[in-house]
Amino acid sequence: MRTTTGAHYGLRDWIAQRITAVFMAVFTLVVIVALFTGVAESAERWRAFFGFGPMRFLSFLFAMSLCYHAWIGIRDIWMDYIKPVWIRLTLHSLTLLALFGYAGWCIEILWRL
Amino acid sequence: MAAPRSIQSPNKQRPKFLTLTAIRLPLAGVVSIMHRISGSILFLALPALIALFGLSLESPAGFERAGNLVKQPMIGIPLFGLAWAYIHHFCAGIRFLLLDMHIGLDKDGARRSAVGVLVVSLTLTSLLALKLLGVF
Repeated sequence: MRTTTGAHYGLRDWIAQRITAVFMAVFTLVVIVALFTGVAESAERWRAFFGFGPMRFLSFLFAMSLCYHAWIGIRDIWMDYIKPVWIRLTLHSLTLLALFGYAGWCIEILWRL
Repeated sequence: MAAPRSIQSPNKQRPKFLTLTAIRLPLAGVVSIMHRISGSILFLALPALIALFGLSLESPAGFERAGNLVKQPMIGIPLFGLAWAYIHHFCAGIRFLLLDMHIGLDKDGARRSAVGVLVVSLTLTSLLALKLLGVF
């Protein structure tokens, strides 16, 4: 039987998961290099590092990428192991709600800088 | 319709029950399931990680408090476990990206890269442990 809805979201999510992964990997390397230069040595430098315009912008993108990436990954886990529709729907909803909340929380942290 | 020969054959025990405990998961499979497990652990830890990140950026006092928190074994040791999860997820993820690009798809190549992921991620995690313990 052919599914008549959601014709492309599988491929779109597959690509999104990979693009966000590459972005997060590069961001991680940037942060590691920064840690070696001592940005975590004092509160002032730590704040200045994440408060620096471009870094704040990239950190925001990292948080968004993380949430999208995690959504696809966790959704795949529910789809693989949880069969009863209502439990799956509940878990999907809880995951989405949690990730939206986390995204908002990250924005709040970054926008205060 | 007649059943295929293999099913009719008397010297084959059918159905075949697989002894799950006796089957060894190939290394590529180990890396794969660990990628999923590490990802789930990181997802579950997100609120704690965001809270810690927020605290560290809140104020100089918050930065101090976050620094003291991570030095406590009850928090530091789980955090170190999360560092392993991140490092493993990172390395295994790069392997999957290469596989997506059809690099190392053959059996030997896939096995070698799986070993590579385990070696690199455990080495990096050990280096981090040594760094945190102040060895270098």
